[in-house]
Amino acid sequence: MNTREPERLTIPPDGRADAEQPHWRQDFPVDWPDDTYVSRRDFVKFLVLTSLAFTSGQFVVLVRNLLRQRATPPAQALARLDALPIGGSLVFSYPSPLDKRVLVRLDERTLVAYGQSCTHLSCPVIARPADGQLHCPCHEGAFDLATGRPIAGPPRRPLPLVTLDVRDGMIYATGVEERTV
Amino acid sequence: MRQARFSRGQRATIVSGILGVVLVIVIVQLWLLTATVNASLGGDTAIVLPAALASLVCLLLNAGLLWYLYALDR
Repeated sequence: MNTREPERLTIPPDGRADAEQPHWRQDFPVDWPDDTYVSRRDFVKFLVLTSLAFTSGQFVVLVRNLLRQRATPPAQALARLDALPIGGSLVFSYPSPLDKRVLVRLDERTLVAYGQSCTHLSCPVIARPADGQLHCPCHEGAFDLATGRPIAGPPRRPLPLVTLDVRDGMIYATGVEERTV
Repeated sequence: MRQARFSRGQRATIVSGILGVVLVIVIVQLWLLTATVNASLGGDTAIVLPAALASLVCLLLNAGLLWYLYALDR
């Protein structure tokens, strides 16, 4: 009994039915429609592997998030207020030695501090008080010095904000606020 | 190809349809991962668990469609 489909043109050289053909002949067909079928099926398989990779990435983010420290870091003395001139800046680490921050004195009463890593690709930003900006030299990114929000270049997220307190003439860092907008 | 319950033309249509659906789901997963990383780096951690579960559901859906595709040839 011939089990071949009527629109099929190519006949296997051994003349046996399709179901009896070796597996390699099914995976490397000669007819274009069969070839299209196999290649699309393999592309679906590739996409499902990509889907697995994305899901794994989601769970990596989840695990990293769970492992991240949640507690508010202790206050840290940075400098005496009178030692920082107006327009002056100070780079410091808070709360860990790897977390570089930059403190800028904008005027007599206003102090701001942000994470020093650009939110684009983590290059260190440079305070430019005269321009009212924090400048990232790697890709010409810029952040507003008053708010830490991006105003030019590739960065899209604002810099992390370091909350400050001034007590008895001493500047303290009291916490870090991550922000998305 | 083995004789299956669908003709060759029908199987070609089915694989094309499944390919389209899987492609859309993978693009949604890519967007979901990008948005989750952005939110997580920005300190918005509430979205991380629901996004991971949603991505897992997408993966299971894709795996189910792939399983169905291979079942067509059996």
